[in-house]
Amino acid sequence: MSNAHPIPFRAILRHVLLIAGAAVMLAPFIWMISTASKPQTEIFSSELHLIPYRFALAENLREAFAKANLLRFLLNGIIVTVSIFVLQVMVALPAAYALAKLRFFGRETLFALVLFGILIPPQATAVPVFLLLHKAGLLDSYAALVLPFTISVFGIFLMRQFFKTVPDDLVDAARMDGISEFGIVWRVMLPAAIPAVTAFGIFSVVAHWNDYFWPLIVLNSEHLRTPPLAVAHFRNSEAGTSYGPLMAAAMVIIAPLVIAFLFAQRRFIEGITLTGIK
Amino acid sequence: MAQIELSAIRKSFDGNDVLKGIDFRIADGEFISLVGPSGCGKSTLLRIIAGLEPQNSGEVHIDGRPVDGIRPSARNLAMVFQSYALYPHLSTFDNIAVPLRMRRLSAIERLPLLGALLPGRRAKERHIRADIEGIAEQLDIAPLLRRKPGQLSGGQRQRVAVGRAMVREPLAFLFDEPLSNLDAKLRVHMRAELAELHRRLKATFVYVTHDQAEAMTMSSRIAVMMGGELIQAGTPAEIYHEPGDIRVAEFIGSPKINVLPGRIRKDGGVDVPGTALKLTCNAAAGDCRIGVRPERIELGTGPFSGTVIHLENLGAEAFVHLAVEGTGSRLIARLADVRHLPAMASSVAFGFAPDAVRLFDPAGKRIELRLEQAERIREPAHV
Ligand SMILES: Nc1ncnc2c1ncn2[C@@H]1O[C@H](COP(=O)(O)OP(=O)(O)OP(=O)(O)O)[C@@H](O)[C@H]1O
Ligand SMILES: [Mg+2]
Repeated sequence: MSNAHPIPFRAILRHVLLIAGAAVMLAPFIWMISTASKPQTEIFSSELHLIPYRFALAENLREAFAKANLLRFLLNGIIVTVSIFVLQVMVALPAAYALAKLRFFGRETLFALVLFGILIPPQATAVPVFLLLHKAGLLDSYAALVLPFTISVFGIFLMRQFFKTVPDDLVDAARMDGISEFGIVWRVMLPAAIPAVTAFGIFSVVAHWNDYFWPLIVLNSEHLRTPPLAVAHFRNSEAGTSYGPLMAAAMVIIAPLVIAFLFAQRRFIEGITLTGIK
Repeated sequence: MAQIELSAIRKSFDGNDVLKGIDFRIADGEFISLVGPSGCGKSTLLRIIAGLEPQNSGEVHIDGRPVDGIRPSARNLAMVFQSYALYPHLSTFDNIAVPLRMRRLSAIERLPLLGALLPGRRAKERHIRADIEGIAEQLDIAPLLRRKPGQLSGGQRQRVAVGRAMVREPLAFLFDEPLSNLDAKLRVHMRAELAELHRRLKATFVYVTHDQAEAMTMSSRIAVMMGGELIQAGTPAEIYHEPGDIRVAEFIGSPKINVLPGRIRKDGGVDVPGTALKLTCNAAAGDCRIGVRPERIELGTGPFSGTVIHLENLGAEAFVHLAVEGTGSRLIARLADVRHLPAMASSVAFGFAPDAVRLFDPAGKRIELRLEQAERIREPAHV
């Protein structure tokens, strides 16, 4: 038992650090819930208190839903993120299969280009893509929100790494059984890669659900707005920022992600350990 | 039921010659084993027959028709892989059903939901079910049909893989070391089952293995490959008793054949250093190598002597390791009678019958012998 001492001490230290980190991460979130539950007067009072004296969550929510068509924005968010994800999978899986399992001239060069593509920030290509959409007459539409993201180099890279671990014999067995190359992608590789696809799905959906930059650039019409734009809407109101309803709206748009996370928590963690991304 | 003909098959990977011109003919209904050390190109050759790998040159004919450029599935061969390669997300039943569904259902009928609504699909599925149940019965896997591969033992997975191959009634079966992931006992059992399966199906079997016991016990013919070449093909007895090359002699047989250095005299007589053997050959004078199987070494009498350096008693037989006096070489003698073993470190006399000798030239090629007449008459006395 002589060496039992350092271990609890280290464990305590570790937990203290982790709790501190978690508190920093959670603080804005808790502040959001707190503000969303306060009436206007309490929000602007000079004293700091977390728990409101009078709960006004219902009022704030009602006002949020009255001021903006939140349900429509949520629906937009779902349409856009689901379309993006489905298209990304339809592009990334065959591409990743070819890069991982087929032998052809220039494969390594192509893969190097994929890696290179990961390094390019989306903001760098924003202007050319914007002009392209403008020329194609697609600005201010769902297509403008979805099309630029259908090819995810990160998705191709992630799936290619996963497909590398699928034994070649399995692919050969499928060929012997008469499954076509595209058939192999959907009937053999996809089922084997469900954990990787889930992980990628989580990253993709979270990133595009929360994306503020791109919708702000390409959208004009109110009915196409995605959730983050909807929140911004409250800030831009002429009558000054109404923080209570704003925070209530923020809660509403975050809720689907939080609920999805709670349901898929195990998968999410599997996915993160799978990709080694923290 | 197919004959497979390979002519001048060459294959290289990145400028590295893996197959250097293979000519071989596999007769209808034969059980051919391809054996050879690791990396000699057995799997590559099998994959070329299957169509999974294109050859650089040469042709593959199945039943007289060239199949080059024909897709693997259209060649109508079935393959069993070392790793079994079962689809992990499908049940045993669905695994076996894949080749049938791919062949019998149209692309629309295979669609997940819509397909089930089509009128013809029901009847076809019934046929498929009946076929699979028949196979499962034969292979003793009927109770496992609903399980996923992850819930099966190695031996059960192996059977499912064989079932998936059998169900399509292929022209020929290709096996790539299908037993090497099983434990020793199960391997012996599956050996008997596969041989039995071959007798029952009467199909052509091409069986890759580096386990010579599998090749010796199951096949009607063995083809020995070394370094990308097929150096000898023949029945197991031919390969064992009449190896055409010292590499074949050394590869087949356990323990390995004993090889002693020798010399061919000008008059065609053969000497082991210090002793003349009672045989002659037509080869030019010079160095040679003398191969004698362990079971042909006779302890107790003979012109040679050696010191016992190691004893292995397996119960039914024993192996005596000897250091040969005078030459420094070592050899192994197999004793069928374990009750009379020489003592460790004792010196024993030994010899071998002239007809036990397989003579090889320095390049490893077999040299034919002429036994001296007198020796052949005395031969029964040795037995
Ligand atoms: N796809 C490939 N790319 C490059 N080299 C390869 C490829 N496949 C096989 N080789 C090489 O070809 C040679 C023969 O391989 P092969 O798999 O046919 O050997 P094998 O006789 O089946 O060996 P084992 O008994 O170990 O299975 C090896 O040297 C191997 O490295
Ligand atoms: Mg192999």
